[in-house]
Amino acid sequence: MFAFIIRRLIATIPVMLVVAVFVFLMLRLTPSDPAAIIAGDNATAEQVADIRGKLGLNEPILTQFFIWGAKTLRGDLGESFFFKKTVAELISDRIEPTLSLSFFTIVLAVLVAVPLGVLAAKKHGSWIDRIVMGFSVLGFSVPVFVVGYSLIYIFASELRWFPTTGYKRLHDGAGNWAYYLILPTLTLSVVYIALIARMTRTSMLEVLSEDYVRTARAKGQIERKVLFRHALRNAAVPIVTVIGLGIALLIGGVVVTESVYSIPGLGRLTVEAVLARDFPVIQAVILMFSFVYVLINLLVDLVYSILDPRIRY
Amino acid sequence: MTSMWGSIRGGLLTAGTLAALTGGMTAAEAQKTLRVVMHSDLKIVDPIWTTAYIVRNHGYMVYDTLFAQDANGEIKPQMADTYSVSDDKLTHTITLRDGLLWHDGAPVTAEDCAASIKRWAARDSVGQKLMSFVETISATDAKTIVIKLKSPTGLVLIGLGKPSSNVPFMMPKRVAETDPNTQISDFTGSGPFVFNKDMWKPGDKTTYVKFDKYKPRSEPASGLAGGKVVKVDRVEWRAMSDQQQIANALLSGEIDFVEQPKHDLIPLYKKDASMVVKDYNPLGNQYVFRMNWTQKPFDNAKVRQAVLYAFNQKDFLDGVIGNPEYYKECKAMFVCGTTFATEKGMEDKLNSNFAKARELLKEGGYDGTPIVLMQSTDLDVLTNLAPVGKSLLEKAGFKVDMQSMDWQTLVGRRVKKDAPSAGGWNAAFTSWVAADVTNPIAAAFVNSSCEKAAWGWPCDEAIEKLRDEFARATEVSKQKEIAEAVQVREGDAVTHVFLGQWYQPQIHKNTVTNFISAPAPVFWNVELK
Repeated sequence: MFAFIIRRLIATIPVMLVVAVFVFLMLRLTPSDPAAIIAGDNATAEQVADIRGKLGLNEPILTQFFIWGAKTLRGDLGESFFFKKTVAELISDRIEPTLSLSFFTIVLAVLVAVPLGVLAAKKHGSWIDRIVMGFSVLGFSVPVFVVGYSLIYIFASELRWFPTTGYKRLHDGAGNWAYYLILPTLTLSVVYIALIARMTRTSMLEVLSEDYVRTARAKGQIERKVLFRHALRNAAVPIVTVIGLGIALLIGGVVVTESVYSIPGLGRLTVEAVLARDFPVIQAVILMFSFVYVLINLLVDLVYSILDPRIRY
Repeated sequence: MTSMWGSIRGGLLTAGTLAALTGGMTAAEAQKTLRVVMHSDLKIVDPIWTTAYIVRNHGYMVYDTLFAQDANGEIKPQMADTYSVSDDKLTHTITLRDGLLWHDGAPVTAEDCAASIKRWAARDSVGQKLMSFVETISATDAKTIVIKLKSPTGLVLIGLGKPSSNVPFMMPKRVAETDPNTQISDFTGSGPFVFNKDMWKPGDKTTYVKFDKYKPRSEPASGLAGGKVVKVDRVEWRAMSDQQQIANALLSGEIDFVEQPKHDLIPLYKKDASMVVKDYNPLGNQYVFRMNWTQKPFDNAKVRQAVLYAFNQKDFLDGVIGNPEYYKECKAMFVCGTTFATEKGMEDKLNSNFAKARELLKEGGYDGTPIVLMQSTDLDVLTNLAPVGKSLLEKAGFKVDMQSMDWQTLVGRRVKKDAPSAGGWNAAFTSWVAADVTNPIAAAFVNSSCEKAAWGWPCDEAIEKLRDEFARATEVSKQKEIAEAVQVREGDAVTHVFLGQWYQPQIHKNTVTNFISAPAPVFWNVELK
């Protein structure tokens, strides 16, 4: 197992390298000039050129890449072109809202979707099953921003139960922190609840017709134990895969949700950096997201072996 | 059912209230805090290093100026106590007011101001021109700044009282000695608000705290001049970009002021009795069409003149702003309602005279090669300009290849001098804050110094000669005469086409009062009920 983890971690190196080269080249080849953006409308050509020089953008692309690569390997992600802050500072400022939102979303999605999927499978063909599947189709079909704006309209603008936008940091009080995250979490959870509930139902339906489930029932096990101990555990591998994929896909959802609710997280930082052509920030954030993606895949593989002892690495 | 919803609602409200009371209500939030949404998030904090308007606005919060423009457009002393000019007009002496302090408690000195003027002048277009007349800028004592000139110029007050980017903000000497091409990293100012880097959360909010030791002038506030009396404890600039999000937050009472609401949403705000819709920038903005002089066909004066004849302002203003309440047709390139406004030389132009335009195109030898017109698609106040322009240009006989892109791509592309087929460009639209274009030196698009000019790189000796004469003129009557001559020459040379003035009203809650009308949004004098 340990050797497997090491092998997989080593395998991330070429993946990260490819991502780094790709992102770096894509940014340099797009027809945009951060120096012109920074200089503003009144700037003369000379001023724009000065800024370009200061940012090191006049160097050959290869030189720029090696400078950035060497710094990154030393753990120095560089300084934002715009903010008088290092990229590391910017990321550490923005990571809390994103982690909070992602954590609440995954927890809520799993807590709601897994029992819903199990229930739908158990009541296969009944009205409960149809309602769960109907919700699932709806959850897939409605874009995150539509869910967000609808929830804001109903619960913030009309009922005034929640704030329309914003985020409160944990150190300002756990109550406010959680309160400000309720609507964004609901918004982002919808699609994941739909996804996980659907996958849980399908997996459970397969497992529920297996002999060992019939045996468990014949032994007189109560239905709850049959469903959750015998059936769900055996149906868990595809569900965990979907949850793992969901966590990775969260990155896209977080970008939209943070924009809709004006949450200062990594998603919005990414959008702002892309719009402003803040190369060091874009490069760092994308590398980080890629690393997280690779790591989640590794974790999912490890969880497989815990859930199914037949899987060994 | 009703009681169940009632219970849920009650529970949530209690949770929210408790959260606010127990966890979240910080001492800062209990203060009088004005919460505003500006036109963009603050990313750069050096108002000399960049000309971006959001950074200029930040500058007005944190820094003070020696002179400032009042509501009538006149330049008045601000940090300056007295100002005198020698009989030969070669020595300008400025003394500082008593009691001026930096945010770290140190007194403001003439040495600080002399260094600040030099740094500003190294970056700003008016400042650069002014420096071509300056022999020395020195501090003769702690409070006296002396500017010695090689020859007389009227640019001293025009420059030091410049209301918009780059504004000559005063900084401590240690900060002002930073290389003008490098961003400052010490944000000590002497303005009415203190900026603390730790309270700057890019993407979230920027917080300014009242500077208790700020000594305002005794006169009432007028434009950017007069007493800067701060009546709130803090001002928070909240970072929000989506207009629907901003509307929700404003109508729910989570913010107090919006600098640039979308014109389409103004009727929505007007329906709400608790909202005030008012334009606090009387000069507004000016739409502009810019051509690339380094590429065919706009390297030819006749072809550029054809554009001036083909366009009319109303079509553009209707196409973008729509409501005539928020725009004005104006054939004065230095902005209607200002000292140098004149329509001279433009009487027969900007009337969509397509026959004349076609005739000029023929004389100019236009060969029918499509012109690359860049359209920005993500800024509401610019998006529709290009389609309107394309239609008018085609009616005049141009072939137009309109290429759509986001604003930042356009900004990056417009500084390229490559051929349009190789990633360059022929024409683009933009908008100026009117305060930036009120005279031939400040108006960057009038600068016709070829390579050194702004993007588009116009090259016209006659305009440059007139700009030089303007700089040398010390009497307003003479300056007016020269400004008029510049505009007449523009009718032939056509560095750009100005397409009318438009206004951007602001929205705020009626519990917030006493905003000041000025070319830049400022938050002194504002009261929160």
